[in-house]
Order: sequence, then C-alpha cells, then structure tokens
Amino acid sequence: MELIKVEHLTKRFGDLVAVDDISFSIRKGEIFGFLGPNGAGKTTTLSILSTLLSPTEGSATVNGYDVLSQKADVRRSIGVVFQDPTLDEELTAWENMDIHRRLYGMKKSREKIDELLTLVELDNRKKQLVKNFSGGMKRRLEIARGLLHEPSILFLDEPTLGLDPQTRNHLWDYIRNMNREKQVTIILTTHYMDEAEKLSDRVAIIDRGRIIALDTPSALKERVGKSVIRIESSETERVKDKLARVDWLNNLSSHNGFVDVTLQNAEKRIVEVIKILNEVPIESVSLQVPTLEDVFLNYTGRTIREQEASVKDRMRQHRKVSR
Amino acid sequence: MSGMSAIYTIWYRNVLKYFRMKSRIIGSLGMPFFFLVIVGFGLNSAIAVPGMQVNYVEFIAPGIISMSILFSSMFSGVQLVIDKQIGFLKETLVAPVSRLHLMIGQTLGGATTAVMQGLLVFIISIAIGVGLPSFSGILISLVFMFLIGLSFTSVGIAFASRMEDTHGFQLIVNFVLFPVFFLSGALFPLDRIPDWLSFLTYIDPLTYGVEGIRYGMLADSQLNPLLCFAALSGFLVIVLLLGSFLFNKIKI
Repeated sequence: MELIKVEHLTKRFGDLVAVDDISFSIRKGEIFGFLGPNGAGKTTTLSILSTLLSPTEGSATVNGYDVLSQKADVRRSIGVVFQDPTLDEELTAWENMDIHRRLYGMKKSREKIDELLTLVELDNRKKQLVKNFSGGMKRRLEIARGLLHEPSILFLDEPTLGLDPQTRNHLWDYIRNMNREKQVTIILTTHYMDEAEKLSDRVAIIDRGRIIALDTPSALKERVGKSVIRIESSETERVKDKLARVDWLNNLSSHNGFVDVTLQNAEKRIVEVIKILNEVPIESVSLQVPTLEDVFLNYTGRTIREQEASVKDRMRQHRKVSR
Repeated sequence: MSGMSAIYTIWYRNVLKYFRMKSRIIGSLGMPFFFLVIVGFGLNSAIAVPGMQVNYVEFIAPGIISMSILFSSMFSGVQLVIDKQIGFLKETLVAPVSRLHLMIGQTLGGATTAVMQGLLVFIISIAIGVGLPSFSGILISLVFMFLIGLSFTSVGIAFASRMEDTHGFQLIVNFVLFPVFFLSGALFPLDRIPDWLSFLTYIDPLTYGVEGIRYGMLADSQLNPLLCFAALSGFLVIVLLLGSFLFNKIKI
C-alpha cells in the first residue's frame, strides 16, 4: 500500500528551483531515506509533505490526503521532527509532551506519554526542564513527541545532525525500534551516507531538486559496480582452483599473489568464501564494496562534499541576483 | 471542538510559563510600584486634580495599572518572536489546528497573564491607600483591564509576525510603549492641555482604557465609560483582525 504519492512536484522560490519535477511513492512500513547534499531540496520536499509549504506545481498525497486541500488530515497522519529543535526549553519534558497531546486534541494519554518517554529512555528525566538536556536527549524527546498522536508516518529531517557518533548509533537503534514496534513508516532526510545506508529500506538520491536514483541501498550500489573480495595467498592457483568449483563464484581473477573474487553482496558471502578455503594458506582478506558515495559520484560526477560547496556558491549567486 | 482545545492549550502554556517565572512577575512590578509610590506621593500635595474629587495617587493608580497591563500584554504578544527563534512555533503550526485558533489562544493567554499582573498593581494601590472600589466598580475595572490586555497582545502579535529576531524589542519599547503610556492621560488630566497634546491623547487607544478603569475604581472619570468601552472595543476588533491577518502570513 502506498502511503505517500508524489507526482511531478515542483517548488520554486523566485527563480530558484528547489524541487524540480519529482515523482515517487512510499510504501507502508518502510524506512525511506532522502540522501543528498545540503540545499538539494530534501527539506523543501519534507516541508511540502508536512503542509508547511505549498507546491508550485504537481501534487502530493499523504496517507491518502491531499497536502493542499486536506491539510488537517495530513497533519493528523504525520509526526515531524524538524532539523532544528522545536521544543519549549522552559518547560519540562513531560510538559512538552502534554502540550503536544492537547494540541492534537487527545484525551487520556498519560500512560501513552510515559510509555513513549520510557521507550526513548527519558522517563527518569520527565520532570526536568528541557534546557538542561543534551542534544541527543532533545532529539529523542522530539521523536517521542512526534509519535505521541500515533501518526502513521514519521518525518525525520536530518535526525542526527550535530550529534556525536555514539549518540547517532543510539538514535539509529531508536528509529529502527519505532519502525518495528510501532509500525510507523519513517521518512528521513540525511546527507550522511552511512545513515542512509544503515537505516533505509529504500534510498532516493536527490541532487539539485531532482531524484537521480531511487532503490534499495544494495541495488543502488550494484548499479555502479559489484563488490570484490581480494584474497592474498602464497598459493593463488590453489585458491582459484578451489573457488572455481563453487558455482556462484564464477568471476575470478588473479595477479601477483592476489585473487579477486567479484560477486554480489560480498560482505555477506565473505564467511562462506573463507570456509571453502579452509586448508589453503591465506595471508589476508580484504573487501571492496561500492558505497552510496560511489553511487552519488557516478550519477553526478561529484562527491556530496563537492556538491555542497557548489550549492553554497549557487545560493550566494542567487542572493546577489535577487538583490 | 479541536479549535477550543487548541485555544485552551496555547492559553494554558502562557499561564503555565507565567507562574513559572516568579522573578519576572516581581521584576515587572518594580516600575509600577515606584511610579505609584514616588511619582504618586511625590506630586500628591503639589497637584490637585481639576474637576475630580480625588488626590493624585488615586488619580494615577488606574493609569499605572493600565501601564503594567500594556507592557505585560505587549511583551506576551512579542514573545511570538522567541517562539519563532526557539522553533516552538513550528511545532504548533504543523499541528492539525488552524492558525486563527493559535492566534486566539495566544491573545487570550497574553491578556490573562497581563491582567493578573494588573491585578497585582491593583492590590498594591489599595494597600497604599487608594480606596477599595465597590464590587461593580471592580467588575468594570476588570472588563477594561481585559480589553487593554487583549488589544495590546494582538498588537504585539502583529509586530512579532513581521519580526525575525528580538532586536526590535527596544524600538517597540521606546517608540510604541512609552508614547502610548505617556499620551494616555495616565499621569495628567485630559483637559487644560495644549490642543496638539489633547489630540494625541484622544487618538491613543490606551486613554479609553485608563479612563474606563478610572471610572470603575474611582466612580468618576473625565470621559463617558460607555464611550471608553466602545472606543476600546473598536480598537480591539481592528488589532485582532490585523494580528490574525499578519499571523496567517508568517512563513517558516
């Protein structure tokens, strides 16, 4: 079932095209990632889907409701965690949840608030003012708050921006948990490759307002090249010999002490490969897998970092022009 | 029904935050207190109020109450800028409630806390010797206090809707709040002043609020309380419309 359907969506700000004729749909239950550099149009797309911006052209439905004509229904269907915090820091964690509950017109949900705060491990801090929270705690509180009115879809705009690696890992666990336990469809934007790859069931790579590729992370990576297991051995012929007997290992090559095995999902197959070679002496095994960065590079001819720099240039120029 | 609950929620947040910031409550009582005690008693013997059977402290008490409501409500409205900055505004704008209801809730919340502030000044003025008005007098005063509070919270929201940050606060204090206060006849009688000044006092909406409270507290005023009620209500309708219009146009 399609929860979100976007058709030929375009958003212009003056002569800047932030979102350029994109179409996609998102299925119930999936974690869908928008990957792209800053300024690529991810947040604009999210803002349109959460009814905060109106599209210039095209249409979008969320949970079956039109984002232009059925705003209230769309808003009831979604929870949003914005890129910048939107908490009232002068209030406690519990009060922030309580005000959200009231805004969404929910009656009894004390237990629900407590349950969600427990889920994000903030239940022992619920009486503390949010201004005393760390960045990671605030983000967790916002995620809990976004889920309070039981939305079918949760939007996360750069959920781990500015957080340290440990907190990011932790937050990813929460997000996966929410997706599984609450059966919430999750849509996230990120410019971190690892985040898109580890969290998303499907990734849309977005650049200059256009979706340039959309698929599962592994399928995207396969498009730019297969992965390679490189085995270093003093007896390369024996290695080749043994591996050649296995039917799913048909792409072998060897050169000065190395055997390269090219195959799909190499990271999952590496253990089997080593088992097959159990008596053959091996010096080292290394794995070369294409990353989403390679995918981005392949489609745009640039890395995300380069692209971000050029977007800033473009925006600066745009500002000059509009002055 | 979700409209009511949205209005209530925003009102509730305002009141909750008001009671939390005790230092602000006491802090903003400072200026009214000094005005009443120092200016009031300082000029008490020097000034006889023409045409009214009250002394100067009694005369300015309604003006000082109005002042504290004016400042407090205007700041509640302008608080919206801070909600913009901390991002909380987004949380409310993405909720399934209409902007009109959010605006009404903010106006009611700002007016409520401002009137509470005004009531504290009211109590102080009774404590320093202004006679306790009759029950109906208190009710009349309360009506005008609410009208002032609602009006100037709306004005604050209108300003805040167009502001990006808090830099404009000082400008509003010096070029809006002080003129509105000083021109309102809070400190001087409305007749026997130069024509140009008289003109300015009559176009100052706060004048009608001060005079209305004066009628409630002292059972005597220079302007007809019904005129005051009509003028202030008219102003309220205008600024409510203006406030909602500008609030509706906020882009994030």
